[in-house]
Amino acid sequence: MKPSLFRSVRTAVLDAVGNTPLVRLSRVARDAPSVEVYGKLEFCNPGGSVKDRAALRMMLRAAADGRLTSQKTLIDSTSGNTGVAYSMFGAAMGFRVALVMPSNVSRPRKDIARAFGTEILFSDPLEGSDGAIQQARATVSRDPDRYFYPDQYSNPDNPLAHYHGTGAEILDAVGDRITHFVAGLGTSGTIVGVSRRLKEHTRPIRCIAVQPDDAMHGLEGLKHLPSSLVPAIHDAAAYDETTRVSTEDGWDMADRLAREEGLHVGHSSGAAVFAALTLARKLHQEQGGGCIVTILCDRGDRYFAPSTWEKRYTW
Amino acid sequence: MADTETTIRIPTQLRTLTGGQEEVKAQGATVAEIIEHLERAHPGIRARLLDDKGVRRFVNIFVGDEDIRFLDGLATPLKTGDQITIVPAIAGGA
Repeated sequence: MKPSLFRSVRTAVLDAVGNTPLVRLSRVARDAPSVEVYGKLEFCNPGGSVKDRAALRMMLRAAADGRLTSQKTLIDSTSGNTGVAYSMFGAAMGFRVALVMPSNVSRPRKDIARAFGTEILFSDPLEGSDGAIQQARATVSRDPDRYFYPDQYSNPDNPLAHYHGTGAEILDAVGDRITHFVAGLGTSGTIVGVSRRLKEHTRPIRCIAVQPDDAMHGLEGLKHLPSSLVPAIHDAAAYDETTRVSTEDGWDMADRLAREEGLHVGHSSGAAVFAALTLARKLHQEQGGGCIVTILCDRGDRYFAPSTWEKRYTW
Repeated sequence: MADTETTIRIPTQLRTLTGGQEEVKAQGATVAEIIEHLERAHPGIRARLLDDKGVRRFVNIFVGDEDIRFLDGLATPLKTGDQITIVPAIAGGA
């Protein structure tokens, strides 16, 4: 985002978003030595996830054109990272924030959002994230003047944050040699926005979306589109193909990244890297080279380790 | 105790297997028997819940308010009227 546009509301934490490091994943990719595999460390954003980018752009644009004011409450449905970002920027900019989330989201997420003074409304865990979306919409429709509803699933500033930010940064770093981009699909903001930017490059760069292999999955943050409400911002024509990863493969790769690379990332990052490494091995065998960039969305400590210490759940 | 009848609440992700039903009835004296009963009525559901080591890591099964991991796991005994809830460990979304 251009610094000059929003000078009136800029504060230090807002300035810390973006320009995340791109690191080579050489140990986990050692069986594809001719292929460079890079991970973009989105957990280095101040809210700890890639979601800072979309949340910040949606809030700044709304503040600039009057949709978001100090008289309104920002409300959205989110299972966590976007909510953390809204909460952090809301605190920094002086906007009230309310979040609708299924009551089975991980405890750390609820605690982080509350630390910033955010109000949390719980939706039915059996209805998943789509239930939270529906509850947020119903809440807004009862009192539309009271709320600003960014709707990360429909807001064009979500993919634009990645078009102007993430995608441009990747080209700055490895634009001379990137051949493939791999990213998990949740709201689809990252894969759609980055792919649109990469497709403007003079060389063809193949863009691949990662989805869970089944509706019933444990890859928090990713969406199984065939069984979900398809986000309005989703544009299948923006990228080239979809690959599907099982929960177990994603979880195991997250463990490997911690142990072999020192990168303690969340399960969606594990799934993205699993897909990137599957591709790397194929490129190594078939072409003897390549350069793959993927996104490490957030850190693993934000997740729930099932049943190890929390005997009782709080819903 | 084969006539022990319980109610199972089905999460949205599995309702394609139950014809859209949010709740189904099943007979069985233990959680394992219930899952076998469910599998006969709704083929494919067992693989969504179990792997060769037991309940999949990201699936929680509750009897009443208690996670079966803190009861007797799949051997947890049931009585007529118990409510079983299947909840994914995560919420999906973004």
